[in-house]
Amino acid sequence: MLQAVKAPAPRFRFGHVGWTIGSLLVLVAIWEVAALIAANRYLPGPMTVLDVMIREARSGELWSNIAATLIRVAFSFVIAMFIGSAVGLALGRNPGADRFFDAWLIFFLNLPALVIIVLCYIWFGLTEVAAITAVSVNKIPNVAVTMREGARALSKDLEEMATIYRFGWWKTLRHVTIPQLAPYFAASARSGLSLVWKIVLVVEAFGRSEGVGHQLNIAFQLFDVPMILAYALAFIIVVQIIEMTILQPILSRANKWRR
Amino acid sequence: MAEMTHPLRVRVDRKVFPAVGLRSEMLVLKGVTFQVEPGSFVVLTGPSGCGKSTLLNIIAGLDKDYQGEIDYGGGGERLAYVFQSPRLLPWRTVYENIALVLPPGDPRIANIPDLLQRVGLTEAAHAYPEMISLGMQRRAALARAFVLEPDFLLMDEPFVSLDDPTAQSLRELLVELWNRRPTTILFVTHDRAESVMLGTRILRLSGGSASIAQDVPVPLSVTDRLDRDKVHAEQKRIFGDG
Repeated sequence: MLQAVKAPAPRFRFGHVGWTIGSLLVLVAIWEVAALIAANRYLPGPMTVLDVMIREARSGELWSNIAATLIRVAFSFVIAMFIGSAVGLALGRNPGADRFFDAWLIFFLNLPALVIIVLCYIWFGLTEVAAITAVSVNKIPNVAVTMREGARALSKDLEEMATIYRFGWWKTLRHVTIPQLAPYFAASARSGLSLVWKIVLVVEAFGRSEGVGHQLNIAFQLFDVPMILAYALAFIIVVQIIEMTILQPILSRANKWRR
Repeated sequence: MAEMTHPLRVRVDRKVFPAVGLRSEMLVLKGVTFQVEPGSFVVLTGPSGCGKSTLLNIIAGLDKDYQGEIDYGGGGERLAYVFQSPRLLPWRTVYENIALVLPPGDPRIANIPDLLQRVGLTEAAHAYPEMISLGMQRRAALARAFVLEPDFLLMDEPFVSLDDPTAQSLRELLVELWNRRPTTILFVTHDRAESVMLGTRILRLSGGSASIAQDVPVPLSVTDRLDRDKVHAEQKRIFGDG
């Protein structure tokens, strides 16, 4: 016969998602209260911003601008990762080149993003090539520095093993070198994405006629704060979705061998 | 295995470690000359730091900065090396680590399951190295060397830092693998009992700019080698201890 056993009431557990949602709700609440107290058109409440976001989405403006920006982010990201990795690996593997080019790297690391953007537009005109070049050049030194560390940390032991067992260059690259560099690549990809999309907005504000950056610039000229916040929020959401659906699954797959 | 009739000839006239910082140049090996007959199991022994591993790296072709000559007698194509640490790729499974030393589509790939079973790793075939014990990792490193069916197998203290029963079982495994598929082995160790149990010949290097100090045959049969008392008696005869 079944005995009616009273199960202990499940204790409510606040998971990671719970914490994130909870803390965001608190932020929105503070924002709402601040907006109510200020009662000023330059500090709109969350609902006003949401209205603008929905209106822009319905008209299609939001999507076309985000798409334009994302394409620029994708191009400059890929170019910067590719060139930055190649430069970083070359420097990490070649102490002579490293000694010589280290000063150059420091120069480019400290060159303000704005200077690069302005110079690119002056030299190459207000073109797509100039925009993407400016963003890539900003990001390349960061990738190079991280990948240089990765190349310096390559295991001599595993390299010797690959030599003894006659792996050849392709097998060595694929099974020995790239897996060792993967964590460094992942680190620069993550920091890279966040840096690149911020710089893309600046580049768009300066010299492009579509994209989130351009839209923000127009909103700035009109002092249209709800529009500024609507675009900022929409973009944060898009970047988070990319992070969660593309970057994180790749990272966890690359790390499955770790204990 | 390529048919080998020529011995491996080793001649290292001089090997120095260059000066680094405050440490002056150091003469490690001087006038080390010997031959290794095909199919023999030669143990290189000597005090720690006397240059055994350096000599092995020179023979392996990893260290090219020396005066002398290594002549493989035409059999250097298939060389395997079992290092002091297992040196497995942590991001590849045990099976993949073994298969990777063979070209794709090589017929020897078919031998891997049998080899895995012999080294007791069938269950762990698809585990990553960090998820298995050091003893198991060393078994995998042994399997990786043997799957190649090498002409020459170099081993640099491959059973150090294991507890005694595990090390002993690995030595027995090595004797069995070598017995099934004879190959020329050069084995570095500072463990005297291990050198007697495994070697058909022991070369002892002297300490301090090493040269060959002693060259003794070990006339034990395979069954004798698995008998601790016989190994012990032989050790006493050769080294006067045990």
